[in-house]
Amino acid sequence: MKYKNLIITDPEGLIFGIAPNPVKTRRGLEIGGGQVYAELNFTLPIMSICDSTLPEVYRHYREIAEGALEHALHLESKGVVLEFETLLEMTKTPTIGIEITRIMNEVCENYYQKHGLKSEIRLTPNDLREFERPAKQRTSQYLEPMMELFEKGAMAGGDLLSIESTGGKEVSDDALMNCDIKTIVFALAVLGARDMQFLWKKIVDVANKHGKIAAGDSACGFANTAMVLAEKKYIPKIFAALVRVISVVRSIVAMEEGAIGPDKDCAYEGPFLKAITGIPISMEGKTAACAHLSPIGNIASACCDLWSNESVQNIKLLSGMAPTAYMEQLEYDARLMNEALRAGKLHRDVLQQLLVASDVYTDPQALILSPENVIRISRELVKGDSYVANAKNGALMALDIIEEALASGKMKLSEMETSYLPFLREDLESIPDNESDFVEMMLPLIDQSKFTMEEYGL
Amino acid sequence: MEELLEKLLEAVEFGKVDQKSPYPPQLRGMDGSHELTMSALEAGINPQKILEEALIPAMARVGKKFSENKIFVPQMLMSARAMGASMLQLKPFFTSGDIKTKGTFIIGTVKGDLHDIGKNLVAMMIEGGGWSIVDLGVDVGSGRFIEALKSHPGAVVGLSALLTTTMVNMGEIVTSIREHMPGTKILIGGAPVNTEFCQKIGADFYAPDPQKAVEYMNKIAS
Ligand code: B12
Repeated sequence: MKYKNLIITDPEGLIFGIAPNPVKTRRGLEIGGGQVYAELNFTLPIMSICDSTLPEVYRHYREIAEGALEHALHLESKGVVLEFETLLEMTKTPTIGIEITRIMNEVCENYYQKHGLKSEIRLTPNDLREFERPAKQRTSQYLEPMMELFEKGAMAGGDLLSIESTGGKEVSDDALMNCDIKTIVFALAVLGARDMQFLWKKIVDVANKHGKIAAGDSACGFANTAMVLAEKKYIPKIFAALVRVISVVRSIVAMEEGAIGPDKDCAYEGPFLKAITGIPISMEGKTAACAHLSPIGNIASACCDLWSNESVQNIKLLSGMAPTAYMEQLEYDARLMNEALRAGKLHRDVLQQLLVASDVYTDPQALILSPENVIRISRELVKGDSYVANAKNGALMALDIIEEALASGKMKLSEMETSYLPFLREDLESIPDNESDFVEMMLPLIDQSKFTMEEYGL
Repeated sequence: MEELLEKLLEAVEFGKVDQKSPYPPQLRGMDGSHELTMSALEAGINPQKILEEALIPAMARVGKKFSENKIFVPQMLMSARAMGASMLQLKPFFTSGDIKTKGTFIIGTVKGDLHDIGKNLVAMMIEGGGWSIVDLGVDVGSGRFIEALKSHPGAVVGLSALLTTTMVNMGEIVTSIREHMPGTKILIGGAPVNTEFCQKIGADFYAPDPQKAVEYMNKIAS
């Protein structure tokens, strides 16, 4: 447990645009250094990726980068991050991912040289190990192309290295659908944390070797999945809120291994990571509606350093191409936050209060993201001596906060939701603090054909 | 006799697997679908009747409550488990031909795609509707669909895709099925697809959610 205390101890210190440990990039972005930048996420429209379509694939990414940066320039942007989430084929055949990175980096460099517009690429290879079941987290044949993409992609201009790694997902998928919180803790605080230690050592090595930035890892397959399921009313929102809190103990391992941010956005665990480690974070909210809906549209930006969206297809809208349109939306949000920062503490605090107040009591997932609650929960997330204890303590504090909000009448939830509260508490309280005791308790309860213990060093 | 079936229906509707299971609290200590199916068979109730008058209507109620947002997935899964416990005892009658399902449904997430949460829900609901399920898993190409169709002639096929770059693989799979197993009914779903795409690739039906898929399946079964 590297982090025993919080770097940000006061909710007032948790604010957009400012991180205790800002990150400087090659072309001069200072993420968390006093302003918010836009981070644009985009994807291909309906098409296949194969030899015959590769020129078309490359054309799309060039068009996306050029369209976005041209418009950012027009809007007098202070800087942009392009978030390149690779698709299967681009990681399996790393040369494709590398070439796309190279093309977009060329565009970035061009805008920097010609116009002084600062931009960087966040390279996020998709975790190919998912393609094998049961997963071979440590011995998979897929590790090689994935790591090749990290390394050569970094050299080609993918300066911020990220991933949404999937250690433990083979166990958590069913647990999410069953609302089985103990198994979620097992998946994230035991399997996930262990896999993160294994994987992030490698990613940090690559970053250090080439002078690049090991940025962070978001628990998309866990917390984002839970949120999307809750949004569809498939599982309780309370449960999804707890999954987010528990995912922090897994995602923080990237920082323990040497990642420095900006953390990636998908699972929305960033505010806790920022409070605990002081790194800058990326967040997405109302701007992610192109890919999935969410209950945290405004509050998500309360302490972001990069403000992002979610995969938007490169298709034509009436205004122009969709990624360009999203660039504009992100830029205007960033402008507003930056103007508040420029105007001084009073203004920035008022803006943050509005962003928080407009969402906070509408959903437990929003509730746990208010700066005050982030700090309360984060304290619990670092107080134990194991990831398991930290996960349990953090989740119990989140439950306390949810129950307080219900008791005060500020937040209302259906009976269908609240009927889960006692079960969740009982289950969490039954978890021992010690990892090996917990593993012993869980093994008989989990379908062991689903995962391989040795692949997690167990 | 009728009372037993009613009890079984209730056990499945509320997810009571067996007497020991603590869930749901209001049925604690009572017989679950396991014991009730046994009693029903002992009482000489026709297995087909058990399926059609207890299990399928129970799952239809569950499906309705789910689509009206009155229950969450975990409750639905408990019902599916209770149905599973019952089916285990009915299995010999399926093998002997004493019970007939509505048919077989082969489902899979298409090549290159690993998203399977939606697919699993659809499979579960269709099973609850009285179909046998062959779940091919994720990252499935046309070869495996054809193979499965050859082992289960006349089966209905369901394809799932969540990525803009894998939904195109649906088209290839449909073409291949049309070529090798003409007449197969093909149902598609997943966030990026819609009715227009369904028509374009020549599939038979697009369902946005499990409930609509079950309705379509019931229609083609009747
Ligand atoms: C959860 C999720 C994941 C999880 C998947 C977990 C799992 N076991 O399935 C994880 C994290 C692993 C994941 C991985 C990836 N994902 Co993803 N994922 C999602 C997300 C947020 C929700 C999907 C989901 O489970 N929804 C809940 C279920 C219940 O709904 P559903 O799947 O739509 O299914 C319902 C209906 O569609 C229908 N249905 C579904 N199938 C079928 C089939 C039939 C026959 C019928 C009748 C009906 C039907 O019924 C279901 C029940 O109502 C979507 C966002 C979205 N808009 O869908 C992104 C999304 C699809 N993913 C995306 C991406 C980019 C990826 C990755 C490439 C990310 C990366 N870089 O790592 C990888 C790709 C891996 C791969 N090759 O497949 C993008 C897609 C971009 C694009 N080009 O299309 C999306 C849109 C969001 C994003 N990240 O921006 N993802």
